Amino acid sequence: MKPNEFDVIIIGGGITGAGMQRDCAMRGLRTLLIERSDIATGATGRNHGLLHSGARYAVNDAESAEECIRENRILRRIAAHCIDETDGLFITLPEDDLAYQQTFVDACRRADINAEIIDPDLARRLEPSVNPELIGAVRVPDGSVDPFRLCAANMLDAKLRGGQVRLQTEVTGFIKEGDTVKGVHTHNHLTGEDVDYLAPVTVNACGIWGQHIAEMAGAKINMFPAKGALLIFAHRVNNLVINRCRKPSNADILVPGDTVCIIGTTSTRIPFEECDNVAVTPDEVDLLITEGAKLAPSLSETRILRAYAGVRPLVSADDDPSGRNISRGIVCLDHEERDGIKGFVTITGGKLMTYRLMAEIATDLVCKKLKVDKACQTADVPLPGSEEKSYEAVAKKIWETPTTAQKAAAARMGTRAARIRTGNKRDDALICECEEVSVGEINAAIDRLEVSTLTDLRRRTRVGMGTCQGEFCACRAAGLLAKAHGCVERERKDLDDFLQERWKGNFPIGWGDTLREAEYTQWVYKHVLGL
Amino acid sequence: MKLQEHTKSRHNFEECMKCTVCTAFCPVLQANPLYPGPKQAGPDGERLRLKDPYFFNQALKYCLNCKRCEVACPSGVAVADLIQAARIKYDHTPPKLRDQLLASTDMMGSLARPFAPLVSFATGLGITKSMMDAMLKIDHRRNFPKYSGRSFESWLKRRKKEQAAFPEQVAYYHGCYVNYNYPQLGKDLVKVLNALGIGVQMLEKEKCCGIALITNGMSAKATRNASHNVAQLRQAVLERGLKVVTTSSTCTLTLRDEYPNLLGVDNADVRESVLLATRLICEKLEKGATLQFKADYHKKIAYHTPCHLERLGWGVFSERLLQMIPGVEFTLLDSACCGISGTYGFKKENYDTSQAIGEALFSQIRSVNPDVVACDCETCKWQIEMSTGYTVMNPISILAEAIV
Repeated sequence: MKPNEFDVIIIGGGITGAGMQRDCAMRGLRTLLIERSDIATGATGRNHGLLHSGARYAVNDAESAEECIRENRILRRIAAHCIDETDGLFITLPEDDLAYQQTFVDACRRADINAEIIDPDLARRLEPSVNPELIGAVRVPDGSVDPFRLCAANMLDAKLRGGQVRLQTEVTGFIKEGDTVKGVHTHNHLTGEDVDYLAPVTVNACGIWGQHIAEMAGAKINMFPAKGALLIFAHRVNNLVINRCRKPSNADILVPGDTVCIIGTTSTRIPFEECDNVAVTPDEVDLLITEGAKLAPSLSETRILRAYAGVRPLVSADDDPSGRNISRGIVCLDHEERDGIKGFVTITGGKLMTYRLMAEIATDLVCKKLKVDKACQTADVPLPGSEEKSYEAVAKKIWETPTTAQKAAAARMGTRAARIRTGNKRDDALICECEEVSVGEINAAIDRLEVSTLTDLRRRTRVGMGTCQGEFCACRAAGLLAKAHGCVERERKDLDDFLQERWKGNFPIGWGDTLREAEYTQWVYKHVLGL
Repeated sequence: MKLQEHTKSRHNFEECMKCTVCTAFCPVLQANPLYPGPKQAGPDGERLRLKDPYFFNQALKYCLNCKRCEVACPSGVAVADLIQAARIKYDHTPPKLRDQLLASTDMMGSLARPFAPLVSFATGLGITKSMMDAMLKIDHRRNFPKYSGRSFESWLKRRKKEQAAFPEQVAYYHGCYVNYNYPQLGKDLVKVLNALGIGVQMLEKEKCCGIALITNGMSAKATRNASHNVAQLRQAVLERGLKVVTTSSTCTLTLRDEYPNLLGVDNADVRESVLLATRLICEKLEKGATLQFKADYHKKIAYHTPCHLERLGWGVFSERLLQMIPGVEFTLLDSACCGISGTYGFKKENYDTSQAIGEALFSQIRSVNPDVVACDCETCKWQIEMSTGYTVMNPISILAEAIV
């Protein structure tokens, strides 16, 4: 087999593509993952990071609820270092109908979700930030998940199993022989190279952008882009996920994620052309703050770090091109059966929670096409980094008395933290002070995790995600990247892009301390560093 | 569009701009590489601790609680409070016997008083110091304060009637040091206030302010002391209508700020009535009150502002007061920490850090070569006297010496 030939090509470096590559690699396939920018840049990295218990869907969508709780349990097993087992509350406020609580709990039980009605007093004790006026509370096994870490761990596992990854590489067309897809033409945005890759099966795992990819292959999928906006608060206000116990609506989930918490979302239909460039509007910010404060009143006085928005990859059912029957479920299309295009599969719909199941379904189909008879193991084998149950256990194994930065590294990298070079002043120096990321950890990411820009580095290490939003860490990390890539000029440009991108998230909530900090950042870069 | 009018967070940690000026001003960081520094230990660490107490770092114990980070912060972040509050909340290691002994300033005072000459003699002996070093890890190079045979309280009690005769009255929170170690400072205060026509009363029963309990991990006891003292302050301020003066800058900061900020003991109704005596006296003199100074008084004085007085912003009153004394040749020493920070410098593991921190101050004192160093803090006094050989006096004692 030639170097550019594979068993399967997967297009799309979101969680579906990465999970799919891992599954295929575990079943012995030679895999190539192609992504036009970086991993987790689409819907994967632009959501709450909620580890759904399924409770949110229990009343209206029993199938999704059942999928969620099953995957919830699996992810706790296989992705320990990406997950925070916080539990969650569904609270009833005086303006909500308390009768809905019973409907909700019954539906949860039918879906095998452990939903326990607790006394409002107990809820206030368990979660001191919760709106004290609540009249009802249900405890469910919600949690939070770091989508970047999850995506990187899947990609890394595939790589460790021989998979290849081409980031910053865009599919420009399909290589077809008659009605059979034989491979793809690609363009590498970093090197400018055009390369063709061949495989008997190509999988479209591009989320909302899958519509465009399918079109290139000659198939038609109707995606219905729905924008969701979210706000990141600068520290963890809550330690339990807080949801409203009512029909799902706007801004009714507050998720504690790592050192921050996130309120969302809104839901607005947008034209497909706007998918690449979504911005958060003032009305959305208003709505998120107002509704968020109903979950946890202190949010109205808590510093906001950023606003961002993502696009849900909703698909209309095949028999309904009008789009009235939009599904949030998993959609796996065998284009041979559906459109007569051989060697082409689309996996879309679904959600972050069900990425593994989506990958399993699509990989089963790929294996069937390739006549490979291997069972899926992704539900049982832990991701690289998740071999230990807790970061305490990880840190204890590696270091006698771990420093805060080492503890934080264990929380981010899991058992892979053992690979961080440490024990000398240079490697232990901090690059990111807000999130405690050391030089050693940055270099470990550069070595193994396909980093070409500061933004890539942020997704893999949390550099620049803290309160200072890159004020100090960005230029330090840029130094390491310049060294790794051997190019200062490219890194100057990258630093500029990174700061612009940080400002993009600050801008919609640009007031108070966040504005002060942005101004200060500008002084540092413009007047001190002369950039 | 609605903007958030203001944001707030506990001890203002979220208002940190990461400018790092606190780190530049931290005296510990420059002397002890094991300390993560105020920014990391304070606002940065707080975000991680809120995620999981597991991220609490034991190295926070190296914080002096000098509060210089708070003075430096342009964003109003209570950095030292954050660090001390984190120690209170997350550090559950029981305090060592040594720390318990060092922190129990009032108990040690009551025990030592009846045998004061003996205790003072014994703690000055090399053999005792070596034993304390070996058994308790109290550094043998440290000099111990002497104990007094008679407490200040008993001295003042006998003058109750005489003091009540003055037209104006204040209450005096004397603290452990004046009561057990150096009643002369209290007597000096009484002399000066009496000269201004002010009589001195005691609180009914004061307890140690508790700062040493807070920094040595005994916050529950500190909170009990705080509740007791605030009740006492209320009795004096609200029932007797008195201002409460002190002669120790650290006791003052503790009564006013550490109680509500670290221990959650509300003192809002009495806080403004607790004053360092130099402030009260300075303001009196500037409003026209007069003191009769000795004609032939002459002294070269170098004034060291204690860190906690800088935090209160009241160093200026002691400075002005000393400069009002005819015949005083005044030098204001550069703002610097002396390094002892109460019980911190007594601990063997901190001794070298403590002396390294103080070195800039010590060398400036040597080059100024004053007759006496003035300072409002008793532990600074011990540190400077031990490290430089110069005598240190409270501005109140200098004032008492300078008036007729």
